[in-house]
Amino acid sequence: MTFMRAFTASALALLLVSGATSAAVAQDKIKIGAVLAVTGPASFLGDPEAKTLKMLADDINKKGGVLGKQIEIVIYDSGGDAAKAKQFATRLVEDDKVIAQVGGSTTGDTMAMIPVFEDAKLPFISLGGAVAVIEPIKKFVFKTPHTDKMACEKIFEDMKKRGLTKIGMISGQDAFGKSMRDECKKVIGTYGIEVLADETYGPRDTDMTPQLTNVKAKVGIQAVLNAGFGQGPSIVTRNYKQLGFTVPLYQSHGVASKGYVDAAGDAADGVRLPAAALLIAEKLPDSDPQKAVVVGYTKAFTEYAKQPVSTFGGHAYDGLNLLVEAIKRAGSTDGTKVRDEIEKTKGFIGTGGVVNMSPTDHMGLDLSAFRMLEIKKGDWVALQ
Amino acid sequence: MPELMQFMFSGLTVGAVYALVALGFTIIYNASDVVNFAQGEFVMLGGMVTFFATAAGVPLPIAAVLAIASAVAVGLVLYKLAIEPARGASVVTLIIITIGASIFIRGVAQIVFDKQFHRIPAFSGDAPFKILGATLLPQSLWVLAGTAITVAALWLFLQRTIFGKAIVATSANRLAAQLVGVDTNSVVAVSFALSGAIGALAGILITPITLTSYDVGTLLALKGFAAAMLGGMGNPVGAVVGGLLLGMAEQLSAGLISSKYKDAVAFIMILLILFVLPNGLFGRARVERV
Repeated sequence: MTFMRAFTASALALLLVSGATSAAVAQDKIKIGAVLAVTGPASFLGDPEAKTLKMLADDINKKGGVLGKQIEIVIYDSGGDAAKAKQFATRLVEDDKVIAQVGGSTTGDTMAMIPVFEDAKLPFISLGGAVAVIEPIKKFVFKTPHTDKMACEKIFEDMKKRGLTKIGMISGQDAFGKSMRDECKKVIGTYGIEVLADETYGPRDTDMTPQLTNVKAKVGIQAVLNAGFGQGPSIVTRNYKQLGFTVPLYQSHGVASKGYVDAAGDAADGVRLPAAALLIAEKLPDSDPQKAVVVGYTKAFTEYAKQPVSTFGGHAYDGLNLLVEAIKRAGSTDGTKVRDEIEKTKGFIGTGGVVNMSPTDHMGLDLSAFRMLEIKKGDWVALQ
Repeated sequence: MPELMQFMFSGLTVGAVYALVALGFTIIYNASDVVNFAQGEFVMLGGMVTFFATAAGVPLPIAAVLAIASAVAVGLVLYKLAIEPARGASVVTLIIITIGASIFIRGVAQIVFDKQFHRIPAFSGDAPFKILGATLLPQSLWVLAGTAITVAALWLFLQRTIFGKAIVATSANRLAAQLVGVDTNSVVAVSFALSGAIGALAGILITPITLTSYDVGTLLALKGFAAAMLGGMGNPVGAVVGGLLLGMAEQLSAGLISSKYKDAVAFIMILLILFVLPNGLFGRARVERV
């Protein structure tokens, strides 16, 4: 017993000492916060984001850090719960004294954390997808991922070019599907395209042939667009082939992963979709400005995390790089000065595209960030 | 007309999936009056183990046997570690334990396997049969055949074997069964193992249609449970009829009414039927002995 007690006491003492030293070291570190959905339903976003931030921070520190200081990423797991995200955001600002955040895996988490960072006047580079993050413009908030609206525009551009003006839509009833359906319907008018059939399905449904049968029955349909994420689009694609459609099927950027192609099998042949350059890193021509960045990130991440790259990790990679460059240019970690420099970012080449920020555009990406792909024999082929 | 045929085929496909999942509920319910909410996780294990075994190069039939064996093992462990220690607890407590177990199994599966969704290839190809202008996938017939064989096997087991009769006896009156020499503990243990096997078999047969992932069990269990309630809890034929009815209701309302309200239409139908027939279509009326 006495031995045990002595052991516990010394273990405690050791803990205290090591805690104290790490606090002392942390004084000369630049702390950057990241509230991410590492677990829970949005873990497919948060997990690669967290790994990417750790990997990139290690790399930056090895190369001498920023402004002569090492950087430290303080990660909290929101579990995809916006209320928790807000608590952690407050903790980042008040207890950890971070100088900025690169985080907020989902739009929900991001929106909950925006007031905290706006009040503290600290830059917040969000990884949330929806356009609501940056519209209307908030002084300290930026984002790196593409928006649904851009994916819609890219798809409609391709349809218009091919003279496809009467389409059917089938969308998931989850947040992704709903948001994309709404955004698509907002911009569709400018392309002169008409939606003749508008069907939905539950994110966990196992057979969508009734909805697709109704789409097929509409006279004059020239293409079908599936706005969805996860397993739904794979089943839609398989049902599409089962019913013997002859018009082209368009999918969203939400399925731009190997998982979709594997699950949909042969049925995915001929499907067109917009995707970030990251997915076709090796296939980009050497002249492509993004080639070096996306190949570099792909190689580093697959070696570090032993899992395939996803665009989500890429968004975190771009976010931290944008922030670090802005800190270097500002020569300081002062919130307002760093924010001003982020807003002045021009010609930054990230995994998501070429970023040109301005006081009216806190994302800085244009449609060239998306490539139209077609699936041929289980692999991506870039169109044009 | 071809449209209506297609809706019916779709209903048949989805209904067969629900029916096969619903069947898994019957045995444990018969042996112990417990609705096992971890049943969906057995289905998930069937699909996931088969996928990862085939991906590792194991031929499909052996992978399927492996999957069934692992679900049986999980069923037995679930009984030994969670249900047996709670012996004497009320049925409601046991049901809550199975809900906890389902969350636990899902969490472990997330770590042991991964968070992606996967598919195993259809057993006899993807070329659909064309009937009256509508299409039906061969895999749907596999699911229907699996359902029919499981029902027949269950009926033979429960009515024609001593052990099956012991299960029925345990469900009718546990104390009386013990008095005539039935080892009720091993009856309940075997019922968990069997349910694991039926669940895994369902998972293997339906994965080419529904795909699988660590969390696929939640919704399948919910739909399967609804189907089992509709047909009459504990009755294998009821489970099948309930499953097919539920699938038909969903897909017909998706096709004919609106895809937005198909789940609502299906559940309103269940509520109405249970309102008129509280024990389900084939359920036996409960007689309280005083």
